[in-house]
Amino acid sequence: MSAISRDEVAHLAALARIDLRPDELDRLAKELDVILDAVATVQQVAGDDVPATSHPMPLTNVTRPDEPRPSLPVEAVLAGAPEAEQQRFRVPRILEED
Amino acid sequence: MTESLIGLTASDLASRLAAGEVSAVEATQAHLDRIAAVDGGRDADGRAQGPGVHAFLHVANERALADAADVDAARARGDALPTLAGVPIAVKDVLATTGMPTTCGSRILRGWVPPYDATVVRRLREHRLVILGKTNMDEFAMGSSTEHSAYGATRNPWDTDRIPGGSGGGSAASLAAFEAPLAIGTDTGGSIRQPAAVTGTVGVKPTYGAVSRYGLVALASSLDQAGPCARTVLDAALLHEVVAGHDPCDSTSLPTPVPDVVAAARHGDVAGLRIGIIRELAGDGGGWQAGVKARFDEAVEALVDAGAKITEVSCPSFTAALAAYYLILPSEASSNLAKFDAMRYGLRVYPEGVADPTAEQVMAATREAGFGDEVKRRIILGTYALSSGYYEAYYGSAQKVRTLIQRDFEAAFAQADVLVSPTAPTTAFPLGDKLDDPLAMYLNDVATIPANLAGVPGMSLPSGLADEDGLPTGLQILAPANADDRLYRVGAALEALLVDRWGGPLLDRVPTLAPAEASR
Repeated sequence: MSAISRDEVAHLAALARIDLRPDELDRLAKELDVILDAVATVQQVAGDDVPATSHPMPLTNVTRPDEPRPSLPVEAVLAGAPEAEQQRFRVPRILEED
Repeated sequence: MTESLIGLTASDLASRLAAGEVSAVEATQAHLDRIAAVDGGRDADGRAQGPGVHAFLHVANERALADAADVDAARARGDALPTLAGVPIAVKDVLATTGMPTTCGSRILRGWVPPYDATVVRRLREHRLVILGKTNMDEFAMGSSTEHSAYGATRNPWDTDRIPGGSGGGSAASLAAFEAPLAIGTDTGGSIRQPAAVTGTVGVKPTYGAVSRYGLVALASSLDQAGPCARTVLDAALLHEVVAGHDPCDSTSLPTPVPDVVAAARHGDVAGLRIGIIRELAGDGGGWQAGVKARFDEAVEALVDAGAKITEVSCPSFTAALAAYYLILPSEASSNLAKFDAMRYGLRVYPEGVADPTAEQVMAATREAGFGDEVKRRIILGTYALSSGYYEAYYGSAQKVRTLIQRDFEAAFAQADVLVSPTAPTTAFPLGDKLDDPLAMYLNDVATIPANLAGVPGMSLPSGLADEDGLPTGLQILAPANADDRLYRVGAALEALLVDRWGGPLLDRVPTLAPAEASR
C-alpha cells in the first residue's frame, strides 16, 4: 500500500503554496512514497519512555534589553523588493473577489 | 610568482604578508587570476557554461582588490593587524553579504543583494580577510553534490566529471583548485565535511552554536552550523578562531568561551589519547567503498603507532539517524522556506492567464518557478511530516531518535576522548549518478548526520586516495560539545603522520586543471 497519494501531494502543495504542475505531482507522489517508506523506520526505534529532543543544546531563551536602536534605512530594505511604492512594499491584492 | 602564491597555505601566506614579502593586492590578484583561468564562464542566466570548476557564483574582483589595498595601506601605516589580514577567502552563497549577491543557489534569490552582513562575514571583514566571492552550493543547501544548484554543478578538481560533494561543493572545490586558500562552509548534515572528504581538503563543523547563524539563510535551524574549510588543519583552526564566538544577534549562540583551537592545531598529539571507533560506521558492509575502508584502517594504525589507545564503541541508534534526519530537516526547512513569499525580496512571478491575481496565487506561482525539484520535494515532505495526524508518528518519532543518538554519544564519550569514522561511504561519484534517486543521494550523509543531530563538533581531513579510482578519501573525527580543540589536536597529529607517509600534501597530486575560457 502506498503511503501517500497523488491527491495528498496536491493538498500538501496547496498548503505549502507551491503551484506544482501535473507531471510534478505524478513524480513527487512516487518519490515521496519511496522516501516515506524509508524514513518510517523511525517509528520502530524509540519507546514511549524516550523524551523528544528538539534542539541539540540545553539553552534557555534569551532576550535583549528593550531599548530603541537604529534599524536599516528604508531604501536599503526596499532595494530588494519585487515592487515598492511610497516607501512601502507593493503587494498583490490579499482578498478574494466577493 | 603567481603559482607560488596560490600554492601557499593561509598560515604561510599570512606570515609573508606580515613580513612585507608580499602585498595583499598581489595575493588577491594571484587568486583572482587563478579563478579567471580555471573556474569557467557563466551564461546570461548565471548558469555554468563550458569547461571549468565552476566553484564561484559571483567573483568580487573590484571589491576584493580594494579591500586588499586597504590592508596594504594599513600595514604601510604600521597599524597592528589581525593574523589573517590580507588573506583571500571564498564564502558559501548561503551567507548574507552586502555588496555581493546572495542566492543560496536558488532562482528565487537570483541577484538579491542583502541589506546586511552575516555575523560570520562581518567577522571576516573585521579580521581584514579579503572576500574573493561567493561559492556554489546545492539549492538552499539541500544536497550532497551541488547538482541541485539552479546555476549548474561545481566540478571536482580531482576529476571534473565527478561531484565535489555538497552542499558546500563550491567552497571545497575552490580550495582543491587553488582558487582560494580558505573558505567558509555550512554544515547541516555534512555539507562541510563530505565535500572536504571528496576533494582532499579539511572541513570542520564546530559545536552547534559556536559560530553565529545570524545572516546564514536557515535550512534547518536546529542543525545548521557554519565553519571553516581549508587545505590544512592549522589553517582551519586559524579561521575557526576568527568566526567562532558568542553573538547577541543569534539566540542559540553559545555564551561559552571558544576553546584554543589554534594552540591545539600547533601541538598535534595523540599519545595516551583514547580514540573510539564507531562500530556502526566503521566502513563494513554494503554501501562502503573498499578504498575508503582501507585508507581509514591505515589511518587508525598510524594513530596507534603514535601512541593512541583504540577502543571500539557502539552507537546502535546511529542506524536510525538518516531516517530521523530526513524527517527533522524537511520539517524545519518547510517552515524556514515559507519566508520566500514573493512579497518583500527575491523573485516575483505572476500566474499565467490570471487577471488581477491574489497574493496567494502570486506566492504559489513564484515558489513553483523559483524552487528546484529537491527543494520542492523536501518542502512537501516536511509539510507532510508536520501535518496533524502524522506529526507524532513522523516528526515526534524522529525527535525521540534524536534523544537516543545523543545518549549514544554520551556513552561513547565516556569511553573515548574522540571518535573516528570514514567521513563519507564513497569517493566522489560521477555527476548525474544519483540525481534520479534521492534516497541513494541521502545515503552519502550516513556518517556525518549524527553529529548534527547531537550538536557535537566534527572534522574531516584527507586519509589518502582510494586504490580503485585514485580519488580522495576522508576521515572524520568527532568530539564532545565544546571540545572542538580535540578535533584539531588529533587532526594535526594525523595530518603530520600521513603527509610524512605520502611525502607531501595530498593536494600536490591533484591533476593540473585545463585552462577554462572565462567569460564573466
